[in-house]
Amino acid sequence: MAPQHKLVSFTLNGKPTQKMIDVRASLSDMLRNDYSMHSVKEGCEVGECGACTVLIDGETFNSCIYLAVWVEGKDVVTTEGLTGEDGTLSDIQQSFVDEFAVQCGYCTPGFIISAEALLRENKRYTRDELRKMMAGNLCRCTGYENIINAVEKTMEERLEAKAKG
Amino acid sequence: MYDMKALYEAESVDHALALMQEHPDALVMAGGSDVLIKMREGKLAGREFVSIYMLDEMRGITLTKDGTIRIGSLTSFSHVIRSEIVQQHIPVLAEAISMIGGPQVRNIGTIGGNTCNGVTSADSGATLMALDAEVELRGPEGTRVIPLQKFYIKPGVVDIKRGELQMALLIKKEGYEGYTGHFIKYAMRDAMDIATLGCSVNVRLSEDKQTIEDCRVAFGVAGPVPMRLPSAEEVVRGASISDDLMHAFAEATEADVNPRTSWRAKKEFRLHLIKTMAERALRACITKAGGTI
Repeated sequence: MAPQHKLVSFTLNGKPTQKMIDVRASLSDMLRNDYSMHSVKEGCEVGECGACTVLIDGETFNSCIYLAVWVEGKDVVTTEGLTGEDGTLSDIQQSFVDEFAVQCGYCTPGFIISAEALLRENKRYTRDELRKMMAGNLCRCTGYENIINAVEKTMEERLEAKAKG
Repeated sequence: MYDMKALYEAESVDHALALMQEHPDALVMAGGSDVLIKMREGKLAGREFVSIYMLDEMRGITLTKDGTIRIGSLTSFSHVIRSEIVQQHIPVLAEAISMIGGPQVRNIGTIGGNTCNGVTSADSGATLMALDAEVELRGPEGTRVIPLQKFYIKPGVVDIKRGELQMALLIKKEGYEGYTGHFIKYAMRDAMDIATLGCSVNVRLSEDKQTIEDCRVAFGVAGPVPMRLPSAEEVVRGASISDDLMHAFAEATEADVNPRTSWRAKKEFRLHLIKTMAERALRACITKAGGTI
């Protein structure tokens, strides 16, 4: 059968965009190959490791098991969208640096997106709850402690900022 | 790139049904968290697919006038968990579903897909069965509703006729009103793991909390498909609550189940787990419902 393409219109990191996409492409294929969003890592490609996690309409999805054509009309965020125009790191990205939550770095963008999703709820979670909420991301280097430290720190910072108004 | 021959994106339920008529060999894809992974393994490679993922009309949870809880088949696990209707009337379903995979899997996985794939380890299966859930199917000849117990035929095979779509899971008022439920999942890990066994119990106690008026117990992985345990239920139905009754209930489970040996666990170990989990879940239900043992 001849390649089948479809025009997909969506918002990527706050900017509206559209492109002709091969219907067989996964979202991670499209973000990496058509939009050069290389923070979206392809790890297991079967939805186990979470390295390809992106936000779609505020919820986390493994972009490796999501068809690119399904983002039609939706709002997609990758870690590129968290960083400022001038390259300034967002609070959660900076916390990962400060807390030494990064070793090889391959899992990091996925972890940051999962963290961002829960941080946006502006609620206080226990470390056990944070572990459950980050359970869809695997890290083979850090042993998770520093990752949870980084998320907990940013959570407290945001709650404090909110309390101050 | 996924190795598929063609993808037909449905724009409405009627369009989906028409596409399924037009392409009778096409498989239906909901969230794709089973189908896309099988494609990666080469198992479903080169096939045609009708995608229903974009059909928002198949999402959402509603309470109908007669008290039936209707869960649209495409509702994601996360949305089932967060639903106020579920939290208020059938919290046990949220408990069970929150043990599926991890957050990303619960955001893409659908309750319809979890039942349509006909897998015995589906975390929603046992609980839906213990709630006497029904399945609403729509096809070229109209809509039909069948009990979930009859929906499961054998591993990987459910009662969906050619050209039919599963539209919703229905839980009638008689299925949940006055009942208290408890779910236990036994797995090696607390997340991203498939159940070695899943046990869901629902009980309704008498007003004085001394007697079990009704009990429904269902298991996943205790046999080829999720199953109810009628002999165990019969032992406790109408009986006064006591320690002995709990043990009798546990012992009675053996007559109903047919677990297998797999790399996850031996048959003997599963049999032991079934008794232990059934008893623990029943005790938890009674305690939650305000009874004492």
